[in-house]
Amino acid sequence: MAMAQDRKIPAPTPNLETQAFWDAAAQGKLVVKSCTACKELHHYPRALCPHCFSDKTEWKQMSGKGKIYSYTVMRRAPVPYAIAYVTLDEGVTMLTNIVDCDLDKLTIGQAVSVVFKPTDGGPPMPMFKPA
Amino acid sequence: MTIKGKAFIAGIFEHPTRKADDKTLAQLHAEVAKGALDDAGLGIRDVDAYFCAGDAPGRGVLSMVDYLGLKVRHVDGTDSGGTSYLIHMGHAAEAIAAGKCKVALITLAGRPRSEGQATGTAPRAATSDTPEGSFEYPYGPATANMYALCAQRHIYEYGTTSEQLAWVKVAASHHAQHNPHAMLRDVVTVEDVVNSPMIADPLHRLDCCVISDGGGAIVMTTPEIAKSLKRPRVKLIGQGEAIKHPMGGKVDLTYSAAVWSGPVAFAEAGVKPADMKYASIYDSFTITVVMQLEDLGFCEKGKGGRFVADGNLISGVGKLPFNTDGGGLCSNHPANRGGLTKVLEAVRQLRGEAHPKVQVKNCDLALAHGTGGTLSSRHGGSTVIMERE
Ligand SMILES: [Zn+2]
Repeated sequence: MAMAQDRKIPAPTPNLETQAFWDAAAQGKLVVKSCTACKELHHYPRALCPHCFSDKTEWKQMSGKGKIYSYTVMRRAPVPYAIAYVTLDEGVTMLTNIVDCDLDKLTIGQAVSVVFKPTDGGPPMPMFKPA
Repeated sequence: MTIKGKAFIAGIFEHPTRKADDKTLAQLHAEVAKGALDDAGLGIRDVDAYFCAGDAPGRGVLSMVDYLGLKVRHVDGTDSGGTSYLIHMGHAAEAIAAGKCKVALITLAGRPRSEGQATGTAPRAATSDTPEGSFEYPYGPATANMYALCAQRHIYEYGTTSEQLAWVKVAASHHAQHNPHAMLRDVVTVEDVVNSPMIADPLHRLDCCVISDGGGAIVMTTPEIAKSLKRPRVKLIGQGEAIKHPMGGKVDLTYSAAVWSGPVAFAEAGVKPADMKYASIYDSFTITVVMQLEDLGFCEKGKGGRFVADGNLISGVGKLPFNTDGGGLCSNHPANRGGLTKVLEAVRQLRGEAHPKVQVKNCDLALAHGTGGTLSSRHGGSTVIMERE
């Protein structure tokens, strides 16, 4: 069994468009940009909606629940880790890591829930663990 | 306006080196340029257009036009990773057709092996103003694991197997045994591939391309100049290009940018996938080939695993001879970008200058397709279709 271990996570760099995402993450909340014009969610967050190009976008808090769309375990690394795309129950898919799990027991379609993991001197990163 | 038949591939050159610790990066660009011009029977003073991508040192076209001593009236530094050079070919043909230039030089070179790069397994940090950077880099996206995400989903959706993926490498190795410059010349079996160490599930070590130094160059010109030269005449008859990305979170890993670039190229050329006598398909990983073959229409979506199995890509054995130089999986992958070298082997096939053991008989129509960037996030695709006159 290959348990996910703590890996030193590089710090993200908040900017003018994304500061609110990282502020929410610091409070343990996963937020996603939502467009009031076309009603679509998008991720990563932009000032202008990439679906309809409206500038009327706002932050929405997600449930933090989702399913693994695809994943892989990077074996050739100092500490093996799982990178994945997770589709949130609200419908948007994000790149992430699957943590706090047996790396050999992951499956596509598996239910997962968000956890926030500390980074190397920056705000925490949203990751997912088996629900 | 169409580029069909408006530009010819007059000269090609592939650097024989696979480890260039005795040469500079700029020098490699110059050596491949000289090689391709010699092949065409043209000189450096004939060049009036220059194309390079992100592998070129310094400030791209500025540094390189200076270094090479060129005087040009057309330049293009489009960079979309390993597919850049196939995009350059389309742009060069457009410029030639529009009368903006007559002799276009495209160069690629790199020395990741000499520099000790862990090309496939080390995540590469983006610059701080890269919009997606902070939402990807901390998760450790390297090249191998990001391509593995596509392979995992392909297996899940279509029942593709590791053994089927392995057949891509097996076919490449059958071809590489005849290429004296190839890094890996041993013929391997499906068992060798699936028993090689796992890099990122389901991609094993032998599902991944080599890390090599080297480079290549292409010279394109007008029909009139091509007819005055002594080389077999190969013309560009269709080209398409596209960028695919995660679409703001509507991620779909089942297809690549080839679904868009392929049909455009085929329509312009007025031919179908079944007409191709030979195909060079970018082979950063075995899964890259399977997905591109489906997306280009060589087989139905989801049937790529079955299509490549049982030697179907081996010249003289299967229906679609591919990468007869051994490709990126066995021969070379200069600058971690395999697009340009795909074109070189396709041109050799069309000229009848491939190794006799892998030369396709009466090869008059060939395709080359390149993918650049990351298959599971943002990547470029470009398809070129060439015909021997
Ligand atoms: Zn919108």
